[in-house]
Amino acid sequence: MRHTISVLVENEFGVLSRVSGLFSGRGFNIESLSVAETVDPSVSRMTIVTSGNDQIIEQILKQLNKLISVIKVVDLTGADTVDRELVLIKVNADPETKTEVLRLVDIFRAKIVDVAPRCYTVEMTGDEAKVKAFLQLLRPVGIKEVVRTGLVSIARGM
Amino acid sequence: MKMSGAEIFVKALADLGVDVVFGYPGGAVLHIYDELFKNTKVRHLLTRHEQGAVHMADGFARASGRTGVALVTSGPGATNTVTGIATANMDSIPIVVFSGQVPTLMIGNDAFQEADIVGITRPCTKHNYLVKETKDLARIMKEAFYLASTGRPGPVLVDMPKDVLMSTAEYVLPKEVSVRGYHPNYEGHPKQVESAIRALLEKERPVLYVGGGIILSSAASLLTDFARILGIPVTPTLMGMGAFPGTDPLYMGMLGMHGTYQANMAISHSDMIVALGARFDDRVTGKVDEFAPHAKIIHVDIDPTSIQKNVPVDIPIVGDLKDVLKKMIKLVKGTKEAAAYREKIAPWREQVRKWATTHPLSYKKTKGKIKPQYVVEQVYELTKGNAIVATEVGQNQMWAAQFYKYDRPRTFLSSGGLGTMGYGFPAAIGAQVAMPGKLVVDIAGDGSIQMNIQELATAVQYRQPVKVVILNNGVLGMVRQWQELFFQGKYSQTCLPQIPDFVKLAEAYGAKGFRATRTEDVAGVLKKGFEADGPVFIDIACDPNEMVYPMVPAGAPLTKMLLV
Ligand SMILES: Cc1ncc(C[n+]2csc(CCOP(=O)(O)OP(=O)(O)O)c2C)c(N)n1
Repeated sequence: MRHTISVLVENEFGVLSRVSGLFSGRGFNIESLSVAETVDPSVSRMTIVTSGNDQIIEQILKQLNKLISVIKVVDLTGADTVDRELVLIKVNADPETKTEVLRLVDIFRAKIVDVAPRCYTVEMTGDEAKVKAFLQLLRPVGIKEVVRTGLVSIARGM
Repeated sequence: MKMSGAEIFVKALADLGVDVVFGYPGGAVLHIYDELFKNTKVRHLLTRHEQGAVHMADGFARASGRTGVALVTSGPGATNTVTGIATANMDSIPIVVFSGQVPTLMIGNDAFQEADIVGITRPCTKHNYLVKETKDLARIMKEAFYLASTGRPGPVLVDMPKDVLMSTAEYVLPKEVSVRGYHPNYEGHPKQVESAIRALLEKERPVLYVGGGIILSSAASLLTDFARILGIPVTPTLMGMGAFPGTDPLYMGMLGMHGTYQANMAISHSDMIVALGARFDDRVTGKVDEFAPHAKIIHVDIDPTSIQKNVPVDIPIVGDLKDVLKKMIKLVKGTKEAAAYREKIAPWREQVRKWATTHPLSYKKTKGKIKPQYVVEQVYELTKGNAIVATEVGQNQMWAAQFYKYDRPRTFLSSGGLGTMGYGFPAAIGAQVAMPGKLVVDIAGDGSIQMNIQELATAVQYRQPVKVVILNNGVLGMVRQWQELFFQGKYSQTCLPQIPDFVKLAEAYGAKGFRATRTEDVAGVLKKGFEADGPVFIDIACDPNEMVYPMVPAGAPLTKMLLV
């Protein structure tokens, strides 16, 4: 099963490789990982998306906790969360496809952030389902390039 | 008053109570060596290889329970420590390794003698540091010792760039350590402990399966009390040797690949396994799916990652074994239930005893070549079990575990997790430094001893009277054993036709050498060797065809043992 794990770490050099090394060294898979400083500049937050059976996930959580540079580990899976990903998509913008792109951008509340003679660059944020749907609908138009940040996730409320 | 990083380093060592450092100098740590030259509080032992220094620190720690310390230079000095660090990491041994590093501004430039040792050792240390500023050095050292020795112990590396050692800062050694991400849980949950005891008392065929954690937590006497109160048979892992008296009637011997018939049968028929500070290593479980098929499992460990890693556990308890065993003993000591339980499981103890008599540890006492098992038995006879025994890796290690009885913790030093050939001799020297009055014996193979044989110079220089008993079979015995059993006797690269004359070699280093080539000479030669002053090599010509039995072939269940 897929899990989204939120990890608070010391904001010091080498932490990312401690965390990613833990995954690679033990044969665990990382689907996406995003990281940046929190309001406290000495602390960073990572959002890691990974998958595995219960036993593997239990090990991942425990092993993360065991790292000295890790301050806190929370498995957000199943919790009420707000999930977002940012994607930038370079898509064909020929005279015949232009309107379709503009229509989809409008429906998905995306944004055109760069325009070239035969191509638009579109920015979109949303949860995974929305990103997936958007990419699927754009595909027939002709996607040239996609970059995604990976998921960030935060628990609702409190 | 401001001090240089090198001065801070040496002062902090002394203030942290370190009186022995094993090390090897080089350019990046020259300033430290200059300070050590002036200092009288910290004793530095010059080894002949950095791997030797780390194993010595490790042997020092295993024998004494104190944190061992090694000091090396940058680049090749640092990379030479990796095997020693990985060895300590697998066996949870508290050591701190200090490495020199090129100046901060040169890091990453492929400078002369630069290696990214923090990167290299990240997966095989408990934690590691690159010190970026002189003012942080003392604090980091304090943290390093704290991390190495608390919770689940392990090696910590501190990398110190040359400019950090040269620049100055105020000396401040913090009183307290606070690391926000590190809170080992020492106290076992009382409810969990209670339910474990309740579950245990319902069962009829219990086994205490104990590992190195008992020794690390100094819980051996509590374990002994607990086992005796309830009358439960005990089997240690290789790392658990000495955690429970090897001469006690409840002792079953080691379990696993080269475990006793008794221990492996007991585990396989048990209905309740109490695992204490052991981690269900594959050398212990054999085929995991068929491990202890009838048993519920209670697992106590200070490291939550050990629990549920290899086998499913019914009652997990995270905590220090000292605390948990105290709680367990409190619940049963002097109670009617305990007496009734001892009574109830008497038939089980009887059954266990029967297994011991059907296939005891033994070997064929044929004429001719000396049997290595006999040599280990003689070492036991001569030392009356009072020596600290280190081992190398291979058949020698297994025979040392099988045929010598360890009654006390910290008397058996062996590379369990990593299986590092070349470990035993330097570890024995480190143990001897920690325990000056003790007889320290390294039981070695002729292959392994050649991996760190240069440390004989260290032993001679510092008059460390370590006795090395070489079970000289002229082959890489354990590998050859696998070739014999699983590769139709094709001995690819396991015969050692070029073996040095160990007696002459000892003499060349300024040590003493003795040799036995006939069974009837073994006891006498060992005695002479043990009584001789200073470090000694005792070369014993052993039967190359001897095998370690019982043996559970890799991946087979524990009940499928090959017997003598
Ligand atoms: C550093 C290292 N290299 C290789 C091995 C693989 N290995 C395990 S046992 C063994 C043979 C050991 O031979 P020896 O020291 O002569 O001991 P014996 O088994 O003959 O007692 C080897 C090569 C190892 N454990 N460690």
